[in-house]
Amino acid sequence: MTIAFLLNGEKIALSGVSPTATLLDWLRDERGLKGTKEGCNEGDCGACTVMVQDADGAKALNACILFLPQLHGKSVHTVEGLAAPDGTLHPVQQAMIDHHGSQCGFCTPGFACSMATAHLNGETAFDDALAGNLCRCTGYAPIIRAAKAAALEPVPNHIRPDRGFFVPEISTGGPGDSQSPGFHAPQSIDELAELAARLPDATLIAGATDVGLWVTKQLRELGEVIFLNRCEDMQHIEETETHLRIGAGVTMDRVHKLMEAHFPSYAEMIRRYGSTQVRNAATIGGNIANGSPIGDNPPPLIALGAIVHLRYRETHREMPLEEFYIDYGNQDRHPGEIVVAVSIPKQADTLKVYKLSKRFDQDISAVCGAFNITVENGTVSEARIAFGGMAGTPKRARAVEAAIIGKPWSDETLIAAWNAWEEDFTPLSDMRASADYRMSAARNMLSRCLLEDLGAATSVLEVRA
Amino acid sequence: MSVAKPLPHDAARLHVTGAARYVDDIPAPANTLHLAFGLSQIAAGRITAIDLDPVRKAPGVLRVWEASDLPSDCDCSPSAHDEPMLAGHTIRYLGQPIFLVAATSHLAARKAASLAKIDYQSRDAILTVDEAMDADSRFGEPRIWQKGDAGEAIDTAPHVLEGEITMGGQEHFYLEGQAAMALPQEDGDMLVHSSTQHPTEIQHKVAHALHLPMHAVRVETRRMGGGFGGKESQGNALAIACAVVASATGRPAKMRYDRDDDFMITGKRHDFRIEYRVGHDDDGKLHGVEFLQLARCGWAQDLSHPVADRAMLHSDNAYALDHVRIESHRLKTNTQSATAYRGFGGPQGMLGIERVMDHVAHALGKDPLDVRRANYYGDFAEDKAQSTPYGQPVTDFVLNDLTETLKARSDYTERREAIADWNAQNPVLKRGIALTPVKFGISFTLTHLNQAGALVHVYQDGSIAMNHGGTEMGQGLFQKVAQVAASEFGVDMDVVKITATDTAKVPNTSATAASSGSDLNGMAVKAACEAIRDRMAEHLARIHQDEPADVVFRDGEVHVGGNRLPFAEAAKACYEGRVSLSATGFYKTPKLSWDMIKGQGRPFFYFAYGASCSEVVIDTLTGEYRILRADILHDCGASLNPALDKGQIEGGYVQGAGWLTTEELVWDDHGRLRTHAPSTYKIPACSDRPEVFNVSLWDGRNREETIYRSKAVGEPPFMHGISVLMALSDAVSACGEAYPALDAPATPEAVLKAVRRVRGVL
Repeated sequence: MTIAFLLNGEKIALSGVSPTATLLDWLRDERGLKGTKEGCNEGDCGACTVMVQDADGAKALNACILFLPQLHGKSVHTVEGLAAPDGTLHPVQQAMIDHHGSQCGFCTPGFACSMATAHLNGETAFDDALAGNLCRCTGYAPIIRAAKAAALEPVPNHIRPDRGFFVPEISTGGPGDSQSPGFHAPQSIDELAELAARLPDATLIAGATDVGLWVTKQLRELGEVIFLNRCEDMQHIEETETHLRIGAGVTMDRVHKLMEAHFPSYAEMIRRYGSTQVRNAATIGGNIANGSPIGDNPPPLIALGAIVHLRYRETHREMPLEEFYIDYGNQDRHPGEIVVAVSIPKQADTLKVYKLSKRFDQDISAVCGAFNITVENGTVSEARIAFGGMAGTPKRARAVEAAIIGKPWSDETLIAAWNAWEEDFTPLSDMRASADYRMSAARNMLSRCLLEDLGAATSVLEVRA
Repeated sequence: MSVAKPLPHDAARLHVTGAARYVDDIPAPANTLHLAFGLSQIAAGRITAIDLDPVRKAPGVLRVWEASDLPSDCDCSPSAHDEPMLAGHTIRYLGQPIFLVAATSHLAARKAASLAKIDYQSRDAILTVDEAMDADSRFGEPRIWQKGDAGEAIDTAPHVLEGEITMGGQEHFYLEGQAAMALPQEDGDMLVHSSTQHPTEIQHKVAHALHLPMHAVRVETRRMGGGFGGKESQGNALAIACAVVASATGRPAKMRYDRDDDFMITGKRHDFRIEYRVGHDDDGKLHGVEFLQLARCGWAQDLSHPVADRAMLHSDNAYALDHVRIESHRLKTNTQSATAYRGFGGPQGMLGIERVMDHVAHALGKDPLDVRRANYYGDFAEDKAQSTPYGQPVTDFVLNDLTETLKARSDYTERREAIADWNAQNPVLKRGIALTPVKFGISFTLTHLNQAGALVHVYQDGSIAMNHGGTEMGQGLFQKVAQVAASEFGVDMDVVKITATDTAKVPNTSATAASSGSDLNGMAVKAACEAIRDRMAEHLARIHQDEPADVVFRDGEVHVGGNRLPFAEAAKACYEGRVSLSATGFYKTPKLSWDMIKGQGRPFFYFAYGASCSEVVIDTLTGEYRILRADILHDCGASLNPALDKGQIEGGYVQGAGWLTTEELVWDDHGRLRTHAPSTYKIPACSDRPEVFNVSLWDGRNREETIYRSKAVGEPPFMHGISVLMALSDAVSACGEAYPALDAPATPEAVLKAVRRVRGVL
């Protein structure tokens, strides 16, 4: 099977490469392009950021957890490809010099790629665009000054590639291709469903923001791998009168945009979910199927009464998302069965989502609480509350819900519900938070819902000097 | 003059194009071996059985070394010869290297290293300072320095206060992890590329490991991707490992730590607990103070003594203390060996006294800034001697004026009132503000380290190559020193070539540390330039019938005898006149004299000053917070490069704030560091910088004769981060009556705990 892409404008066609070879290693070791740096090898520092363009536009991605097959049909710019062929620097590069945006310089190529991508996209929310790039020297201020200055300059022509450039010219190989054993890239959900059923032990790879670490950190040999990125029919968002149906292959960046229109509090949480690079790769299906107790999508999805859609060959199943999570590391998914979509019933927006972590941006939640509470005439008429980080799975707070439904939406009700929390949750202590803090913060999040409804200022993010 | 111009970093263009070369980017010969360490999985105990056959049989593995296979103990210690590169049978911390793998690729080496089968017999690990105190596990005797009679002064003071503060360590998180490469040369010589702040130390340790004289080992360092103290001694193990493998196999060897390994193996900032007892009057003026400093040093001595000394030396910060007693314990634990980190103990000592100021102010219901000001040293006056607790006269104190200026510029008073009003109206969110000073001593406290060398060549075409013992880790040292050279010869910057630090060019260098880089190396380069310039002037004066003293080097020309020669022509004329156009330069810091046991003397050439004002807002439901605004005024003397200095200040502040807020190192009960990657260890991200961030340089010249009267700037601004912790304390204070006693790092969890303490619900 051939992997074809553009690298800094040059056509590349690879065959016989390991399907779990990362773009970073390939650039540095095979191509001798040393500008792209390894800072953490887990997608958390952004030193390896590259710009990847396809029909959907330009995205910044972490090359350290980007497998080569994920690049098929795309155009990649590394830091070496930002300046014009005549050596004229890209506006973000020039601005970084002019504003003293580099000190040790090691994070700089990654910043330059993130900044050039934002520049191309006309993105000026720089704190969000650069949340996935860590700098230890500058304190970021000069980098932001550079980004603002560069935003006034036009996009250089060489940064815009031809769309749909040359993939049709490339043979995609055939079933007899023996050079990449164990490497599968189905082109539709039907093909995927058949393949997954035939290879129930295969590793499914969508954005690789988690699986990438199995390779780079756990040093695992994955065996059979099925890449999902070519299943375009799994990347659809459908809106009906009653539901939003989100294909499992939809990236978190697209979920973010969708939620801005429907559930802004959910969108605000996603703004802080991973980083730009991570949201550009990670899929909602991956986050759901992964089953992590600290994934950030399940709490709001459960609070919204979302349904997960599963498929095994031609057999379709669906269930409320909270029932999908049986136990730590155990989901109601049969061998060979795949998550194809999640659908959310439409409703008036009563959702509040609170993500609590040590650092605001690009940090895994200690607690993520989602509150879908309807108050009629001062009384709680409906409540669906779900948490991540409070149990071995994403979990609904059913006892708390029961303790407040039918009661006045008041401090007294919350105090009366005090003991219900212990029926619902026995959180753990770990490096992110103690059990006591998790419990206190979770309780206080419900208070925050009430105080917010009463008009109190409750978000430090909205306070300005 | 190039000096004092805000020129960009010398490698800025290379940085932004990805062309700047770090150790791992140097093209390696095809037969290069890649190395990885196998690490201990227990914190303390013995190895009872070890089976490395699976490692040896792994794909791509050439050879495996245990401690007994090494040519020597391969000691990695910068101080006490107590760090064998590989543990023998005794394990001293979880993460300690036990064996070394050489393989054909980085990944193959890492995979193989994970395959060892090792049986251990664990014993109870000593993990905390309390456990170490109980077990009397320590490096050296406790050190006690005193001035006056603190006990008496406290006991007779109108008010007495006691308390303690714990402050966490800090991972350097240089973006470029530790890396080294060794290339075997003819006749057993070794060339080592190392990402190190201390090439001479690498040379020394490699030579020792291989039983070679130092002249057989050459170490080159072009740049580091960040150092912050973490590459002062922590690169030794990689360089030695590469040299050992290169020597044994005759093949080049390269090693870089995976980020998680870097966290697990290398040392970090020392965490401290500081207990205090203080006597003060109604104005908050301290009559006496006692500090007990407990430093957690980890398993090996490394630089812990000078770090803990510097913590003691900064126990006064900006405050004149007549009666003070400081007792320091350096505790040995089964954890990574704590090491140098920007500030080198200074931040910890300083935070101790800043906590005291905050606590006293709270007890008196006063503005903490008023209490601070009541205790400041005075302006210098010939007739009014004042000295630090260790007896060094304070003659250059600028903080009275500087603080008043910052207080006015930051609208401190008005904002403090506005914040009180705002807090009264907001039940959930509370704001806080604090203005704190920094006085930081400049010089290595090990006096003999305060020396530097340089080598300057002028070529016959007029181009200049400059070399010195300092290393470039992002701070812009190379550019500052090049500005000195260009100014000395009166030429443009592009005439001066900056070359990699190289032990074959300048020997016996000190680490680029203690903020000393520009002070020491700038002076050494100046001396070398002056030597060449004087020779040129003498020769040219003779040819052009002029006095050497009247020859002027300016604007790329040499003015002599009424002529104006382009510098290149002047150089050619000197070459043809058989004038030596190469010179070494040497500098040693004057006026130092220090007895570290008694704690008496003048350890510092001078002090660098500054102050910062931070405003924060906290969420009393979750403990989350933001830094809203920071105003900093900092003293760089007559700045060599205001742009680079401003970069150090902005970056130092954010790094200091990170230390005291989100950067939490968590070890579990088994001594395993649980925060060993950026996924779990959170340095500040872009949006964590204050949205309003005003940084200015204090306009002044160094009273002492430093390079162009500038001041060191690497470490001092780090401690401006203390104002963030104090602002958080101020915000928490708005929640109730009790003192917040906020520990560091003040994670959201720690802030919520303090809120509950203040409200009396804890």
